[in-house]
Amino acid sequence: MSFDVPTDRRYTESHEWIAPTDGTYRVGITDFAQDELGDIVFVELPAEGTDLDEGEEYGVVESIKAVSDVYVPVSGTVAAVNEALTDAPELINDDPYGDGWLIELENVDEAAVEELLDADAYEEQTE
Amino acid sequence: MSPKRPPLAAVHEAAGARTTEFGGWEMPVQFDSIRAEHAAVRESAGIFDVSHMGEVYVDGPDAAELMDRLTTNDVASLEPGGAQYACILREDGVILDDTVVYDLPAQSGYLFVPNAGHNEQMTARWREAAAEHGLDVTVTDSTDDRGMVAVQGPEAIDRVEEVAADPIADVPRFGARRSEIDGVDALVARTGYTGEDGVEIVFDAEESEAVWAAFDDVRSCGLGARDTLRLEAGLLLSGQDFHPADEPRTPVEAGLGFAVDESGEFVGSDALERLRSEGTEEKLVGIELRERGVPRHGCPVVVDGDEVGRVTSGTMSPTLDLPIALAYVDTEHAEESTPVSVEIRGEGREATITDQRFLQRRRSN
Repeated sequence: MSFDVPTDRRYTESHEWIAPTDGTYRVGITDFAQDELGDIVFVELPAEGTDLDEGEEYGVVESIKAVSDVYVPVSGTVAAVNEALTDAPELINDDPYGDGWLIELENVDEAAVEELLDADAYEEQTE
Repeated sequence: MSPKRPPLAAVHEAAGARTTEFGGWEMPVQFDSIRAEHAAVRESAGIFDVSHMGEVYVDGPDAAELMDRLTTNDVASLEPGGAQYACILREDGVILDDTVVYDLPAQSGYLFVPNAGHNEQMTARWREAAAEHGLDVTVTDSTDDRGMVAVQGPEAIDRVEEVAADPIADVPRFGARRSEIDGVDALVARTGYTGEDGVEIVFDAEESEAVWAAFDDVRSCGLGARDTLRLEAGLLLSGQDFHPADEPRTPVEAGLGFAVDESGEFVGSDALERLRSEGTEEKLVGIELRERGVPRHGCPVVVDGDEVGRVTSGTMSPTLDLPIALAYVDTEHAEESTPVSVEIRGEGREATITDQRFLQRRRSN
């Protein structure tokens, strides 16, 4: 099965993506990750203003069958959380790179983002 | 030891199913989406491969006596073509397994269906008891020679009738009939584990692909949907809601009194009689969360800061769109409508004790 891996963002080995958006960075889980988890029914996310270190566990995504921690790709401060997921966690299944984003980060080191996997490298990893 | 593969393993693989190890078997957990499979069974029909369930045949002049001795229900009251749900207990009343007992139609003897991976242990138990009491019976573990599928949902009976040689709609709930499914000789029983109408079909394992193919227009469902469906119906899962070592429970605590013949004498009946008169410290209840979150096995149930019980099964109910759970709680907190808190990852979520038959209760409101 092939999964969608857009080239406009960076990835981690633990199946998170990060993409620049209007001065902040959006973070979410990949198409591969949402497919592995199956029907997502609940999301637990940090409060705005929380400082996170690279690789830190910042939330939980639960599907009917499994619970999965999510890890922040780079250090930063939570600027926003996707409130729409409270009532519609299935947005992550439907649109993992768009409406199904999880948090926005500020105070991010751009160079740290550039060091993450690009689309080709991530795709190789999931093959 | 690598898990057993059901006769339909290659068919499931070709369909892109994801599998999981369950009771020593590698079974499909989902074909597409658990939510979609769950909805199909609630709204139309779905088919499950349940070949991991055991099939043990008991025949001979003393078959009824042995069944009555080893199961909690009144086997002697069954007529050929009848079935009943029952528990299998230890001497102290603890549930070893739950099962459906069929008084076979059009042939002598009984079939009972132990849970996945329990067939060998139950067969040995039956044989030992027969020897101990000098009973004339033959006990045959046919688990590897039989295939089993469940077709469940409001349209299930119509779907089965399209491919069966005989009418099925007149078979009563917990009744069984011998028929042919697309030419394959089968036992068609109006039983199931989803809270819906439907049948379970038992046949020669070699005919598995033919039977499965006869329902190619019915949505294939995996163990994931089977779990959410049974939980909404308030049905217990062996090994999770009761387990002789990890979760030793009696039918009295587990709310399975309906499966117990109170006048019967069977292994564990003395212990149950004592428990019925003395009462139990804990009781199985349903719990509905008032806040979002998914209760899972082991989550503490708390009242005023004190742990009063633990969740044994929990999920986000796809039909009710509510987090639901089964839990054993102290009897004094087991009354319906009692407010409790369920701790998920250390954080309390507001919840209410309810009747465990979540779906039935909602439908009757």
